[in-house]
Amino acid sequence: MYDFEFDRPRTIAEAVDALRQEDAQALGGGQTLIPTMKQRLAMPSRLVSVREIAEMRFVRPADGMICIGGATAHATVAAEVAAVFPALAALAGQIGDPAVRNRGTIGGSLANNDPSACYPAAVLASDAIIATDRREIAADDYFQGMFTTALDEGELITEIRFPVPERANYQKFEQPASRFALVGVFVAQRAGGVRVAVTGASDDGVYRWVEAEEALTQRFHGDAIKGITVPEDGMISDLHGSAAYRAHLVAVLTAQAVAAAG
Amino acid sequence: MNKLSMTVNGKPVTGEVEGRKLLVEFLREDLGLTGTHVGCDTSQCGACVVHVNGKAVKSCTMFALEAENADVATIEGQAAEDGTLNTIQQAFQDHHGLQCGYCTPGMVMSAAALLRDNPRPDADEIREYLAGNLCRCTGYHNIIRAILAASGQEVAPLAAE
Repeated sequence: MYDFEFDRPRTIAEAVDALRQEDAQALGGGQTLIPTMKQRLAMPSRLVSVREIAEMRFVRPADGMICIGGATAHATVAAEVAAVFPALAALAGQIGDPAVRNRGTIGGSLANNDPSACYPAAVLASDAIIATDRREIAADDYFQGMFTTALDEGELITEIRFPVPERANYQKFEQPASRFALVGVFVAQRAGGVRVAVTGASDDGVYRWVEAEEALTQRFHGDAIKGITVPEDGMISDLHGSAAYRAHLVAVLTAQAVAAAG
Repeated sequence: MNKLSMTVNGKPVTGEVEGRKLLVEFLREDLGLTGTHVGCDTSQCGACVVHVNGKAVKSCTMFALEAENADVATIEGQAAEDGTLNTIQQAFQDHHGLQCGYCTPGMVMSAAALLRDNPRPDADEIREYLAGNLCRCTGYHNIIRAILAASGQEVAPLAAE
């Protein structure tokens, strides 16, 4: 790994200032960025560590919402939202392994937008809002393809606001070596309808399966999506699973998520 | 270079490190605490698990500077000053929970973190908690038995049936 300058701001304002410096990169829990830097796939000359910024570490229920600070660890989310939003807690509690969950942060995961990460599915299906140091971004506008987001250079995720669904569930078919989702499906039902977000499957990263959403909004039952085929075009194909296999899993996991959501 | 201070196994330590120095490198190279092992350096194996402010973390996937002012616990701090093993270590010995021993420091530190959160875990909970700790010798059965025993639970005489 190449060396870098290290900044440790104490407030969001200090962090945003630090991120204005040339070639600066925000560091959350580092559970992806550090391995990436070891491989020299990333070589920022300055890291701005945001994980210890107190005003970015919280879980706050507020009026049908759950607001989570960008630097909140997965383990904290798993423990603290369990009563209010169990599907999100279960998702957070299945990321990586316990040690990874103690370091990795929700903001880091969303900023990275790994096509197989779990959190993007929860954010997109829940129609959550990504709040940054400068604006609020709707989930539908935020995810823009594999490892690509609406974030501008130096923009910092400070908070994620989840409207708590009436019913929700996340089903993850785990790739056992990496413990990422080979495919993961998050189903969320709200007064306005059902949203279905799929991670791990598409070359474009997390996406909404709109046909299933329409069918499940009519009837919230696994049978409602029978007969809807998931095309394998544009699906990820690698040694862990072919495009056809992933397409098949999307439908299977969606039906399971609907059943588990009750 | 950056100045750095933290507490390791209850003792204050200081150092001067490059940004890229990993916590495990600081422990092993700067402090000489070579009990924390590097099995893979890719976050997979868990041989490098230590506690930072009471939480189990992979010290190969954390910069030393991220542990500034933190309270770090490593395998060297687990036994008593006179070398008497702690309950978990003794249970690993009693139940043959190690063979080559390379993964053991991480196993013991993960087990300690688990038992602090969940003092009487069942075998499934132990296996789930050790998802990020790989052992290539034991087949895990005796590690599970050791942790069950360390938590004061009955352990079947046979490792597996």
